[in-house]
Amino acid sequence: MPSPREIRRRITSARNIKQITRAMQFVAASKLRRAQESTLSARPYAEKIEEVLADLATVLGGDEHPLLARREGGLRLIVLITTDRGLAGPFNTNMIRFAAREISESSGELTVITIGRKGRDAMRRAGVPLEAHFNGFGDRPTFADVIPLARLVTDDYLTGKVDRVDIMFTQFVSTLTQRPTLETLLPVEPSGDTEGIPGNQFIFEPGAAAVLEQLLPRYVATRLFQAVLETKASEESSRMVAMKNATENADELIEDLTLSYNKVRQANITREMIEISSGAQAR
Amino acid sequence: MPLLLEIVTPERLAFSDTVDAVVVPGIEGELGILPHHTPLLSTLGLGELRIRRDVSEESFAIVGGFVQVRPDKVVVMAETADMSSEIDLERAQEARREAERALETGYHEGADLASARAALQQALLRIRVAERRHREGPRHR
Repeated sequence: MPSPREIRRRITSARNIKQITRAMQFVAASKLRRAQESTLSARPYAEKIEEVLADLATVLGGDEHPLLARREGGLRLIVLITTDRGLAGPFNTNMIRFAAREISESSGELTVITIGRKGRDAMRRAGVPLEAHFNGFGDRPTFADVIPLARLVTDDYLTGKVDRVDIMFTQFVSTLTQRPTLETLLPVEPSGDTEGIPGNQFIFEPGAAAVLEQLLPRYVATRLFQAVLETKASEESSRMVAMKNATENADELIEDLTLSYNKVRQANITREMIEISSGAQAR
Repeated sequence: MPLLLEIVTPERLAFSDTVDAVVVPGIEGELGILPHHTPLLSTLGLGELRIRRDVSEESFAIVGGFVQVRPDKVVVMAETADMSSEIDLERAQEARREAERALETGYHEGADLASARAALQQALLRIRVAERRHREGPRHR
């Protein structure tokens, strides 16, 4: 039987841990709200760029720009988006496991660019060749943050260093569900023209090919930015849920410990009473 | 027929409302757009975007991007879009001085001169848009 003092000590430390996890839960909740807002407010631009690209694709053939050109085989580049910090439940682990499976199943050569320390550490341990690494983009990723990454990726593709670029990121489905996702970034595949006026009725200034030239690098940056924002929102929601569970577990632990503390205390009192009364009888 | 104008940047929806007319800084010169404009897609330069609605005029400092024009809707996709009333004149002037210094000394935080030049242009544009507003106040007709 542990001593009452020992149990008290454990209750105190469980309380302290609970305070920290609860604080982290609330911080994550407010960061999640902000990340969700950023993701939502970035959406109109992304949708619009995609629409314009679809319009252009109806006018131009498939091989108007090297970023559209499909190349067979060769080196595959994977952009793996994780975050810098842990204590977010299974979030980074899931992403890394997903990436590791994809990499081991992939035939042919590949190289990886990692965003976030967790992804880099895991790839290093696994001995996967790293092309470059970027630290996570903090709590509030801005569009300017992803531009160097976008430039690096497009340059690698245009110079023929790599022949295909994929992004792996965690898609934010809801607070409870985040899904590791793989998408092809390059070559660019325009979606079908969905809305309104068909592309061939537009006048392009200074010309369709010139507009495309301007558009494609921005499209690539926008896709990367979206992936970073989704990952950020996923991270915070995963952390929020993990910390909520931790707080609840601490509550349970405190309850159990308090119960056994009271039992021990009760037992001690009873024992002392017996000692006193048997001492009195013996006289 | 009203003309719906949307200004979007990679980070946010900067403006969405019906307007009477809008002038955008097209790559080949300023482009005035009224309702029933023919479908057009143009790249944008750096410059001032002016909106006219009812009795007032508003303006944005726009850097790069595209404009998509349909008969009833105009969408501006810009790198950055700052409403004139939201521009911090002091910060823009600070950015201007910094860019000028960088051009003189040929050094710009490790980056090349082209980006210093771009920063200068952007600062000058912001100052121009913000000062016009200060001089004239919100314009009424």
